[in-house]
Amino acid sequence: MCTVCGCGEGEVTIEGHHHEHAHHHGHHHHGHGHHHDDEGPVKAGNNLHYGKGPAHAHAPGLSQGRMVQIEQDILAKNNQYAAANRHRFSHGHQLVLNLVSSPGSGKTTLLTETLRRLKDKVPVAVIEGDQQTTHDAERIRATGVEAVQVNTGKGCHLDAHMVGHAVDQLKLPRFAVLFIENVGNLVCPAGFDLGEDAKVAILSVTEGEDKPLKYPDMFAASRLMLINKIDLLPHLNFDVDQAIDYARRVNPDIEVIQVSATTGEGMDTWLDWIMAQRRAKLTRAREGYARELAEIDTALNGMQA
Amino acid sequence: MHEMSICEGIVQALEEAAEQQRFSRVRTVWLEIGDLAGVEIPALEFGWEVVSRYTLAEDSKLEIIRIPGQAYCLGCANTVAVKQRFDACPRCGSYQLQITGGEELRIKELEVD
Repeated sequence: MCTVCGCGEGEVTIEGHHHEHAHHHGHHHHGHGHHHDDEGPVKAGNNLHYGKGPAHAHAPGLSQGRMVQIEQDILAKNNQYAAANRHRFSHGHQLVLNLVSSPGSGKTTLLTETLRRLKDKVPVAVIEGDQQTTHDAERIRATGVEAVQVNTGKGCHLDAHMVGHAVDQLKLPRFAVLFIENVGNLVCPAGFDLGEDAKVAILSVTEGEDKPLKYPDMFAASRLMLINKIDLLPHLNFDVDQAIDYARRVNPDIEVIQVSATTGEGMDTWLDWIMAQRRAKLTRAREGYARELAEIDTALNGMQA
Repeated sequence: MHEMSICEGIVQALEEAAEQQRFSRVRTVWLEIGDLAGVEIPALEFGWEVVSRYTLAEDSKLEIIRIPGQAYCLGCANTVAVKQRFDACPRCGSYQLQITGGEELRIKELEVD
């Protein structure tokens, strides 16, 4: 069991996170085990009985059931962790970008190239999410940037709780830019707030231009769409305008930058975008502190009067 | 398959509610699921069977209340029904729609012992 928050999440492993996350144990809350790991979905499928068991044979008059209104958001737990992360990032004046895409969109290559250009200007760090292996974190570390790998095991997305632990591990410097490279998946990460400032969806031109329509939730949740691998456009039938048009149908406000991590085209625009986000966040913080200072001055002046 | 995580979130919420409201068993869970919430109901029901097993909600029934997608159209200033995020406004054809409903993912109420 995790000593920080009491979590026990089975197969999730966070590099350097020194407790027993990596081994299987029962969920401790009520002394029963959620034996997720013992039962693959196929085997479970054979046992499904779709709630037709004797537990539902409510005989009239015998039912002891009572109704409880709870009106609770299902992702409330994740959202609480996300809010805690966001508070922490805002306190440390860190800009956090959650990079989401399909597998194979060139996310890691784009990220290493971004880090190479950024690391001498601002402190940077990376949280790498994959189901298995530490390959991507190793690629990031080869650039000299600190990275923590989170392996989600069977999980298809990072959640805010994993990110909180990874940040503990990183010892993220104040005023840093943190990139979270989510698990390659255009579906599930859309629903999980990690406490980031913005989601950035990466679509490569070797994919279909209709991906924003096929996976609308992700493009609706993202502030920026990076169209990657544009150096390959001459060899493909990818219609960039059509892709942008589709993305704006699901998200009228989405910004778009075209890049090639290989040739470097568009990289300056992408870096400018990051810096603009950082400037905006720091400016907002500055204004907040200025208001607070003014209030303190008012209180102090009131004492003198 | 984040439906599995959603089911785990529901079980967690039920365990917390059980402590606060003093019940030991859940028979029925009513969920409000928006049509634009990105949740596959069959996958959710499948996940529920697996995740709720050996918990206070074992053998419980999931009752799903669907909430239709709704959007405010910046083009014609009407509130309109949408089936998908990329739908055009059925009144004026604009894509400048702001989703105002259908993203719900809530536990509404429980039948408990």
